[in-house]
Amino acid sequence: MKTTSTSARRHARIMLWSAVIIVVGAVFLPLASYVYVDLVSANAAAAQDANPRANYWRAIREGNAGYTSASGPYTTNVLIQNGGQNWRQLRNGPVASYTPWILAIVVLLIGLFHLIKGPQKLEGPLSGKTVPRWSLGERVLHWYTAVLFIILSITGLSLLFGRAVLIPVLGPQGFGAWADFAMLLHNYLGPFFVVGVLLEILAWMRFNIPNATDWAWIKKGGGMLSGEHVSAGRSNGGEKIWFWIVATFGVAVCVTGLILDFPNFGQTRETMQLTSIIHAIAAIIWVAVSLGHIYLGLLGSEGALQGMARGRVSVEWAKQHHDLWYEEVKNTATAETGEPAAGGSEAKQAG
Amino acid sequence: MARMKFLCDAERCIECNSCVTACKNEHEVPWGVNRRRVVTLNDGVPGEKSISVACMHCTDAPCAAVCPVDCFYTTDDGIVLHDKDLCIGCGYCFYACPFGAPQYPQQSAFGVRGKMDKCTFCAGGPLADNSNKEYEKYGRNRIAEGKLPLCAEMCSTKALLAGDGDMIADIYRQRVLKRGGRPQTWGWESAYGASG
Ligand code: SF4
Ligand code: SF4
Repeated sequence: MKTTSTSARRHARIMLWSAVIIVVGAVFLPLASYVYVDLVSANAAAAQDANPRANYWRAIREGNAGYTSASGPYTTNVLIQNGGQNWRQLRNGPVASYTPWILAIVVLLIGLFHLIKGPQKLEGPLSGKTVPRWSLGERVLHWYTAVLFIILSITGLSLLFGRAVLIPVLGPQGFGAWADFAMLLHNYLGPFFVVGVLLEILAWMRFNIPNATDWAWIKKGGGMLSGEHVSAGRSNGGEKIWFWIVATFGVAVCVTGLILDFPNFGQTRETMQLTSIIHAIAAIIWVAVSLGHIYLGLLGSEGALQGMARGRVSVEWAKQHHDLWYEEVKNTATAETGEPAAGGSEAKQAG
Repeated sequence: MARMKFLCDAERCIECNSCVTACKNEHEVPWGVNRRRVVTLNDGVPGEKSISVACMHCTDAPCAAVCPVDCFYTTDDGIVLHDKDLCIGCGYCFYACPFGAPQYPQQSAFGVRGKMDKCTFCAGGPLADNSNKEYEKYGRNRIAEGKLPLCAEMCSTKALLAGDGDMIADIYRQRVLKRGGRPQTWGWESAYGASG
């Protein structure tokens, strides 16, 4: 009797202690991982202190600068710079492989438009009366910048895509000679081009401020697909988009171009890497949009080229494309006798 | 076929710049162009360490990947060389190179770069071996003469090693074993002799 009661009491005590141990263990064992992490990080800290060699290599891999007695414009005191590989991968990867598609898609869209819708013809017979649109100064500025733009586009694209596209055609020597000339041209003409772009922005900012008319114009796509007349002032919505592409992407190209063109102001390699990527992407977008501008100016809008070539446009063209502006300037319309009126010859051919 | 490599032993380099001087002299490198340089980290602080660095003749060379005129080539020995007759001095290889190896003689104002110049592992360039033209453009071609790069040959502490990658790795491995500090080599010296 006595023995059973003691054994029962012992059982109870064992159960109680087991329960206590289980509860305490369940609460505290998971916390042991914190202790473990603490120990490990303490070890790591100790290793950092204890292994100067590892610290040294770590510092080098992080691109830290040291001291070097060698001096020269391209001599650096950094043992390893990591940005170069990233730049290489960005430039040779996405930039070189995706941007040609932007150009290709734009060319395709223009081609489709030309084939399906065709150029916008002038409607109705020409009266021979013209209104002034671009002053001589504006025309000189436009063509100065345009010629430089074309040269810089061709030379710039040659430097980015020539290795893939032109070396197979011209051979290494032939392309080397062209690339040498192209880079010189690109670098020397660049600053002159920047001046042209900035003057254009200053000269034409005043009639490229967006307004509600432009929004209506843009929503209707300028009537280019439907063929209807959409109201527009001196500049229509499309022209303003082109202006602001120049004022944003164009300015980005100019600024980055100057940074790349004058490497003698202590730019770091990281600066040059980033700058060259921005320059390439912005420039290709600019070139792509310019193809639309060139198409509309040369072929897409009959009579428009006369304005930038001779300075005057036919009143019919002005009414058709810039009705609000025509209302402002119609009292300056004059009949020109010596020269054919703007757009006249094509209009006659078009019947 | 050998795969040429450089290796600089940071435990040995004493920043004497003999390699830099030897290179400049051997190849008549112009002012401001450093095919090799010594960089010291923690200069003047206990534990400072120096490394002599030049073109490392990378396997998948970033310089070659970005060159717009594709003027780099790798020799059978794994040496990365370039053709100065094609180079246009665009500077891209300098932006891409991890080691800052490509150099440019300053040609005129506005930071116009001349043709890129860099360490050739003393192997000249694409012109006829040991011709005058090759020497003028690329420096001495010691490899064609059966010699190794002069920088490493001149190194007084033999910190800078140049040659077949397997051989210099073996030399370096032996040094590390000799220096000890790691228990893996316990008993090796008594069991197998000093040369391991
Ligand atoms: S120049 Fe630079 S990237 Fe090219 S092989 Fe030499 S170390 Fe490598
Ligand atoms: S500087 Fe010369 S070698 Fe270097 S990427 Fe430009 S063209 Fe090629």
